[in-house]
Amino acid sequence: MQDAIALRDLVVDRGGRRVLSGINATVPCGTVTGLLGPSGSGKTTLLRALVGVQVVTAGAVTVLGHPAGAAQLRRRVGYLTQTPSVYADLTVRENARYFAALQGRGAAQADQAVADVGLRAAAGQLVATLSGGQRSRAALACTLVGDPELLVLDEPTVGQDPVLRAELWARFHALAAAGTTLLISSHVMDEAARCDRLLLIREGRLIANDTPAAVRAATGVDDLEEAFLRMIQAVEAGTAGQEAS
Amino acid sequence: MNPRILAATTGRILRQLRHDRRTVALLVVVPAALLTVVYYMYVDQPTPPGQPAPFDRIALVLLGFFPFIIMFLVTSIAMLRERTSGTLERLLTTPLGKLDLLFGYGIAFGLAAVVQAAVAAAVAYWLFDLDTAGSSGLVILIAAVNAVLAVALGLLCSAFARTEFQAVQFMPVVVAPQLLLCGLFVPRTEMAGWLQAVSDVLPLSYSVEALQEIGSNAEPTATMWRDLAIVGGAAVLALVLAAATLRRRSG
Repeated sequence: MQDAIALRDLVVDRGGRRVLSGINATVPCGTVTGLLGPSGSGKTTLLRALVGVQVVTAGAVTVLGHPAGAAQLRRRVGYLTQTPSVYADLTVRENARYFAALQGRGAAQADQAVADVGLRAAAGQLVATLSGGQRSRAALACTLVGDPELLVLDEPTVGQDPVLRAELWARFHALAAAGTTLLISSHVMDEAARCDRLLLIREGRLIANDTPAAVRAATGVDDLEEAFLRMIQAVEAGTAGQEAS
Repeated sequence: MNPRILAATTGRILRQLRHDRRTVALLVVVPAALLTVVYYMYVDQPTPPGQPAPFDRIALVLLGFFPFIIMFLVTSIAMLRERTSGTLERLLTTPLGKLDLLFGYGIAFGLAAVVQAAVAAAVAYWLFDLDTAGSSGLVILIAAVNAVLAVALGLLCSAFARTEFQAVQFMPVVVAPQLLLCGLFVPRTEMAGWLQAVSDVLPLSYSVEALQEIGSNAEPTATMWRDLAIVGGAAVLALVLAAATLRRRSG
């Protein structure tokens, strides 16, 4: 299987601080990969590097066979930012139609994307009047509208009620089954079990890159949160051991 | 630049403006209201021999100046909002070109300025009998080009502002020197040499001269067209500089 994303020795400094220190990872095409880690671990910086808006200190970021940020990728990669980047002073429909137009899509596709995220009834509402969860779904509609080959989603399910969250995950898997690659960040560990593959980062370092089943098997615990805790402890024990010797 | 994306962006900015009724009302009403104040300030002032009436002289320049000040402010804040809300970063990951965004702002706010200038000119000409030798249509054209220049300078300055506080501080920096040195208060030829030199490189000096040409000549003069070209050229230059300072990648 071809890789949608390949990171080689990715190093990023922000504000004089090392945020990512030498990440090596690949993400296969047509999978749902979860990017997990605590708040401040570097998830958003990693996603920004993938969509080409982050200045990279060192290393190579390859997306769909091109260097990240290449002009031809802008039609093929969809990016959902963590704080919903939609126009608060436009309606949901107007937002979707604008982002559709940027991708060369028409009004019908925009309206379909709005319906797909469950906002059909709120389509004529100004984004400023929506709840936080609705606002983030409006932004998701604007990201999905161009049918990108790679979706880079920064915490898309935060603030959604459980039923909607399940619907969104079902949609993500349907997209992956149709060939789309999804990289989804979350700091909620119970979402990890919904992913085909997991990337766990902590303090800018990659701690795990495997399937949920393999992570469970390697640590001998069923609960992924507990499994991650053990992996982190193992890594830190290793580092402490190196420093002591 | 891509015509389809440029049109979509212009339409999106105008739609945002349309949803903000209070801003639209302020844009349309404020210049006309200020002209009313100016009219009553000068209504009893004597007309110096061989010169236009004080109201005619001042109102003509203000018709070009209001769109400049207002569109500079509106654009600085609008662009800063794109930055702070994250929509700018999001846009830069799409096929939208930097010039699509910048020219979209120029066209959308330029159109808004035409409406604004037309209302202000209607008030000045019909209510207060503003008298110009040349056509009122040319006055509105100059006002619109001034607005596009203001949009371009606003987009450029917003690249150097991190917050709304900083963005607003650019207004006196950009607007005040041009207002003082444009020839409204003291004719440019009577200024000290070094002030005249500064005035010569400020684009608004040329739009004021163009308006004065319309005031005193029935037909558009070569000087007016040259001045209009200079102001338009300055606007395009500022837009290109704004594109050069807009970075897809940030730290």
